[in-house]
Amino acid sequence: MLIPYDNENHPVTGVYNAKLGIWLFLASEVLFFGAFFSTYILLRIGAGGVAGAWPLGAELLNVPLATINTVILITSSLTMVMAWASLKLGKVSKFQIYFAATILLALAFLVIKGFEYGEEFSHDRYPSTSTFLAIYFTLTGVHGLHILLGVAVNVYHLFSAKALYQENPEKMVNRIEVAGLYWHFVDLVWIFLFPVLYLL
Amino acid sequence: MHNNGHANAEGHGHDGHGDHGHGAPESFIRKYVFSVDHKVIGIQYGITALVFLFLGFCLILLMRWQLAYPEQALPVIGRLFGVTRMPEGVMLPEFYNQLGAMHGTIMVFLGVVPLAVGAFGNYLVPLQVGAPDMAFPKLNAASYWLYFVGGVIMLISFFIPGGAAKSGWTSYPPLAVIETAGQTWWLLGMVFLINSSLLGSVNIITTIVQLRAPGLKFMRLPFFVWAQLVTSLLLLLAFPPLEVAGFMQLLDRVAGTSFFMPSGLVISGEAYTGSGGGNALLWQHLFWFLAHPEVYVLILPAMGIVCEVLANNSRKPLYGYKALVYSVIFLGFMSFVVWAHHMFLTGMGTAISTFFQLTTMIISVPSIIILTVMILSLWGGSIRFTTPMLFALAFIPMFGIGGLTGLPLGLSVADIHLHDTYYVIGHFHFVVAPGTLLALFAGIYYWYPKVTGRRMNDTLGRWHFWPSLVCMVGTFMPMFVLGMAGVSRRLYDGGATYAHAQDYLWINQLITFSSWGLALAQVFFIVNFFVSLKNGEKVEDNPWQGTTLEWATTSPPLGHGNFEAPVTVYRGPYEYSVPRAKRDFSPQHLKRI
Repeated sequence: MLIPYDNENHPVTGVYNAKLGIWLFLASEVLFFGAFFSTYILLRIGAGGVAGAWPLGAELLNVPLATINTVILITSSLTMVMAWASLKLGKVSKFQIYFAATILLALAFLVIKGFEYGEEFSHDRYPSTSTFLAIYFTLTGVHGLHILLGVAVNVYHLFSAKALYQENPEKMVNRIEVAGLYWHFVDLVWIFLFPVLYLL
Repeated sequence: MHNNGHANAEGHGHDGHGDHGHGAPESFIRKYVFSVDHKVIGIQYGITALVFLFLGFCLILLMRWQLAYPEQALPVIGRLFGVTRMPEGVMLPEFYNQLGAMHGTIMVFLGVVPLAVGAFGNYLVPLQVGAPDMAFPKLNAASYWLYFVGGVIMLISFFIPGGAAKSGWTSYPPLAVIETAGQTWWLLGMVFLINSSLLGSVNIITTIVQLRAPGLKFMRLPFFVWAQLVTSLLLLLAFPPLEVAGFMQLLDRVAGTSFFMPSGLVISGEAYTGSGGGNALLWQHLFWFLAHPEVYVLILPAMGIVCEVLANNSRKPLYGYKALVYSVIFLGFMSFVVWAHHMFLTGMGTAISTFFQLTTMIISVPSIIILTVMILSLWGGSIRFTTPMLFALAFIPMFGIGGLTGLPLGLSVADIHLHDTYYVIGHFHFVVAPGTLLALFAGIYYWYPKVTGRRMNDTLGRWHFWPSLVCMVGTFMPMFVLGMAGVSRRLYDGGATYAHAQDYLWINQLITFSSWGLALAQVFFIVNFFVSLKNGEKVEDNPWQGTTLEWATTSPPLGHGNFEAPVTVYRGPYEYSVPRAKRDFSPQHLKRI
């Protein structure tokens, strides 16, 4: 049985099903991270801000490492677009290089994040230490889980892409586009997360 | 991957019930257990949800005994619950709290929503938009199984040390954070249920937007589909904040964080050892940001069902279809900005209270429009009093009572007296029980022939309807009296130890008797449901002479794929009694009327 607009764009909405699906999912993700950021704001105001009991992120956290991570994540978004564009142009091996680079950059991000966590733990800073650290670990932890999920899906795509591309090129290009939309969103979350937690 | 080829290869008129192996290459497990066909998944949702509704009802029956006869032994079955729950048959307060929390959780998250959205939405939306299946069949199956696992986790929690969650279905901290392990299980179960509804809502919205048959413009969609669309948008956008809150409460419980634990907290005479600095109100904001839209998730599909049944059985178009559609969209939007009317007494400030009081008054306007449309739709119709029509007609005044009694709660001054009393219980049960449940029963009687090819028995249907209606009113109407007298909800003894409640304790017994009557009335439904599977009157494809697309295919529908050939739509959903037409109904998919 064939589902209509599984692969081709709907004449009215202009998207295929999975693209609409991922946008809807991302809309719910906005509310998901939005609730975390709202929590951050409420806890911070409740603590009286940095003038009160709220610590300045830069004093507790490693800003240089987080800056490197920001660069890494933005670069991975770039390689993601290049991977999609390469596949769209039919250059499968080029796609594989860019896509592998995206995955490696994501892993690098997670490794650096792990070092940051280790540094915090070595200073006896845990989620239970203060509400600032609680929201820091929770937000970055949930964001890290999103990165991990993206890596898992992307690894699957990396190894299944060639065979599926030969069978149904359009479907494979669409899959990478959807994976890319998710990836850019996760990247975007970090762009908000970094200044809020580390700099303000 | 999508079971190519088998759908249309199957012949006419058999889906699967009792018709094993007609040209279907799939195994039994693949076809009936881990199926990706929206109809099978819809039935799975329906059966599971009905079982949970029954279970949730049993929990409240136990509680009703304790409320009517505080601390008296429950005869015969009381001792079966063991010494940790009901020693000598007398209910312990801890067990009462478990029953209360889990009754709410099961009814809302495992019963009514899965039945209204999971079962009716899954089964009917693809049929009513003329699609072969949902947009994402595998996600659909994943959604059901996440729901199933979430339900199992909730059930297991009854049997762990300390029992199930005890902090009410709202799980307010700090109490919920310091409760026994049952609360952790509750939170884990909720994560599964939330992700289940996320997948389901993405699927339903995509299906409605993308898979409508040619000619089925948005303004030709049956109102039921509109209701499901708005419901799914609410589920999609309102649940994530509760998931966040659930994560944070989980961390408060297992990782020692203090998201919801304020500084200086003293528990049982001892200072709380966590870091403090958290905010208990934060939970309430995040919880009600979900749970108010959730109320509309409970009611909108019910309104959709009622509109379908009303139009079909009054044999005329719905009055003001466009007003209905615009109202339901506005209702959905407004439901996101009324949540703090649950929190007037938390001391969040009069400015905020005034804002939410205003939005609450505004949201009643589209609800009234919808009710008015339902009533006006009856005007001048040639009404057929079929069993589904009886239930749908009863929905109108019952939901009206539920809605109107909510207005005093939405006024922050009146709420000071009524908050957390039985009045609140009466109000929201009128919305959900005589409201939504009657509508869901209407839907079951109305679409049973579509699903099974047989009609449910009308006599048993009437025996189910009248006692149910009377007993529901008998159960929930006295609660308003109790509440206005100031009797609080969530009292283990129903107010027996409170001086101001003494004159009203007899009402607790009245309510309990009514709930027993309600339980007995459901026997007719259960018998009817099962007996009609084998012995119900066989029906043709369109037994109610309906116009919408689900009646354009066979009853039960063809195998995976629904329609023999793609359907095209030529007109609106409720073209009944069109002047100069041959018949009193003009189906959407036929070119000539």
